[in-house]
Amino acid sequence: MRDAIKQSFRNNLWKENQVTRQILGICSILAVTNLMANTLVMGLGLMFVISCSSLTISLLRNYIPHRVRMIVQTFIIASYVIVVDIFIQANYPELSRALGPYVGLIITNCIIMGRAEAFAQKNTPFISLLDGLFAGLGYTIVLMVIAFVRELLGFGTLFGRNVNFIGLETWTIMVMPPAAFFIIGVMIWAAASMTMTRDKKAQSAPPALRPSEVKQASATSATAQ
Amino acid sequence: MDGGPAISPIILLFAAIFTSNMVLANFLGMCSFISVSSEYKTASGLGKAVSLVMIVTTVINWLVYRFIVVPLGLDYLRYIIFIVVIAATVQIIEMAMDRYLPDLYMKLGIFLPLITVNCSILGISLFMIIRDYSLVQSLFFGLGSGLGWWLAISALAAIREKIAKNKLPLGLEGPAITFIITGIIALAFIGFSGIFIIQ
Repeated sequence: MRDAIKQSFRNNLWKENQVTRQILGICSILAVTNLMANTLVMGLGLMFVISCSSLTISLLRNYIPHRVRMIVQTFIIASYVIVVDIFIQANYPELSRALGPYVGLIITNCIIMGRAEAFAQKNTPFISLLDGLFAGLGYTIVLMVIAFVRELLGFGTLFGRNVNFIGLETWTIMVMPPAAFFIIGVMIWAAASMTMTRDKKAQSAPPALRPSEVKQASATSATAQ
Repeated sequence: MDGGPAISPIILLFAAIFTSNMVLANFLGMCSFISVSSEYKTASGLGKAVSLVMIVTTVINWLVYRFIVVPLGLDYLRYIIFIVVIAATVQIIEMAMDRYLPDLYMKLGIFLPLITVNCSILGISLFMIIRDYSLVQSLFFGLGSGLGWWLAISALAAIREKIAKNKLPLGLEGPAITFIITGIIALAFIGFSGIFIIQ
């Protein structure tokens, strides 16, 4: 059990990170990554939705008919998104206006459906909940990094506080959409090349390293099944 | 919203294609945009299918919202209602095409199920509600967004086909370079900004 949790944590945060590895769920949140505060709210919202829907789908996994599972999953996800939307509207009306339709678009975030399909419908509730939470966390971290770069260079602020003490010129481009594409492209590149370099090293390394890798590989395939 | 009805539908059409393009300015529909853009023909087919579904669902969602959701006070349920409308519309278009336009169905049919989960479809319905567009405005907004999406994915796929055989640094090939190309296309589209302003 503990191994499974550890495995899920590591996979979701780095090895199979939804954004940098699987290129999933970019749509709904990238638009708000020019401010860290908005990104954090959206990230937390997504984490809530993904953990709750993973838990619910896992609890109901033996009762949902296989053929209509997609639409049932969509309903479950949409219900939790409505909860998040109403919560933000009620407590932070200004933020709700700033986020516009993007809260609602969490429904079509492929990560949630992806975790439901790939994990929650085959695993027990507790581990599904954690898996959803970690997937959301891995996603939020990546987006926070993007938002950090964009807000720092674009506005000279972090979480709305001015950190541009020496009065450097801000980069207008960072506020605009192309910057998000460039940053995410570079992040994916960095992640991919790090893995590839390590794989190459592992291949040419002496056999002393091998057993641990074999163990890891079998653990991965075990959880995958 | 402020000045919503004042925008002429034609301006809305061009603005949706160029200045506030669904993918390049609003980041909607990214998943299929990245994954189905390695071949020009396929990408263009998906673009056409998306445009078609966008126009139809925008109009249907507008009618459903105005005449069913608002009078019944079901505003908080609009996400679920829109999703159901979109899924049903896609299903009906698929069946109708299979029956009446088999040629087109052979070309676009495989993309239709993919479209249900394309965020841009739900996105334009939500934009339309938030910005309070009229039916005609929504129709042109849907059309423009569809054409804009088609234009963007065709451009990306054409560029990706050209660079497919080029040697790239380790790890840059695939999604990473695709994002960077998208960024450059988005940068080019910024050149249009200021011509039309919506929002």
